[in-house]
Amino acid sequence: MIKYMWAAYISTWVIHILYLLYLNARAKRIREEAEELNRKS
Amino acid sequence: MKNAFVIFALATLALLSYGLYMALIVAPTEATMGDVQRIFYYHVPSAWAAFLCFAINAVASIWYLAKRGVKADAIALASAEVGVVFCTIVLITGPIWARPVWGIWWTWDARLTSTLVLWLIYVAYLMLRRFSSSGRAPVLAATLAIFGFFDVPFVYLSIRIFRTQHPQPVMGGGENSGLDPTMAHAFLWNLLAFTCYCLLVIWMRYRLQVAEQAVEDAHAERALGERA
Repeated sequence: MIKYMWAAYISTWVIHILYLLYLNARAKRIREEAEELNRKS
Repeated sequence: MKNAFVIFALATLALLSYGLYMALIVAPTEATMGDVQRIFYYHVPSAWAAFLCFAINAVASIWYLAKRGVKADAIALASAEVGVVFCTIVLITGPIWARPVWGIWWTWDARLTSTLVLWLIYVAYLMLRRFSSSGRAPVLAATLAIFGFFDVPFVYLSIRIFRTQHPQPVMGGGENSGLDPTMAHAFLWNLLAFTCYCLLVIWMRYRLQVAEQAVEDAHAERALGERA
């Protein structure tokens, strides 16, 4: 029974962490793009 | 603004840690289901967070259709995306809880089916936003979001209206409903923690959307400047 509990808790945090990493990657890309634009102008 | 964000993020992290401690250590083990019932402390607050996101999305969509503001559109998109994340968690933790308790992963009862439909509506919303090349996409998506939101009260009420495999409401469900006070405390701490976390992630996603829009506008301005 307890393995199901751990599966639920772990899957919850895996999804949240993956989403936060995805947001972080997008934010990093945007920052780089903004810097590139600033350099060009 | 940055300081407020950091303070809110730290407070949310503390709340989530305390919520986890309450759910795994302090809350008593349920008599019939055993430890697997502790999924309740994550499953229900995740569902609440998803509903909250979709409510924010509906309000922002109405605001966008009324005023056509970029801010409202960014809030709508951010809340829909975060809502889908929470709804995905509901649809994963639910079957993980159902398997040892009901003996099945899934059944097509009103609560489970309407939750899946809710998830599909907002995935369709995000796909419309992502893949439509039409300039009308935000307007179409806002309209879809307003109609899609009608599924939220249906999901909530489905276990009160229909006979379902899903349990009847534990809190506010009538005479025989209710929780042990320690369980209720653990539940309420997690509800608060998940609400704060959901608002924090919407805030992050909103800031990202605004930054992306600014870069897109700068690209467009640059292209116009080069043409002129």
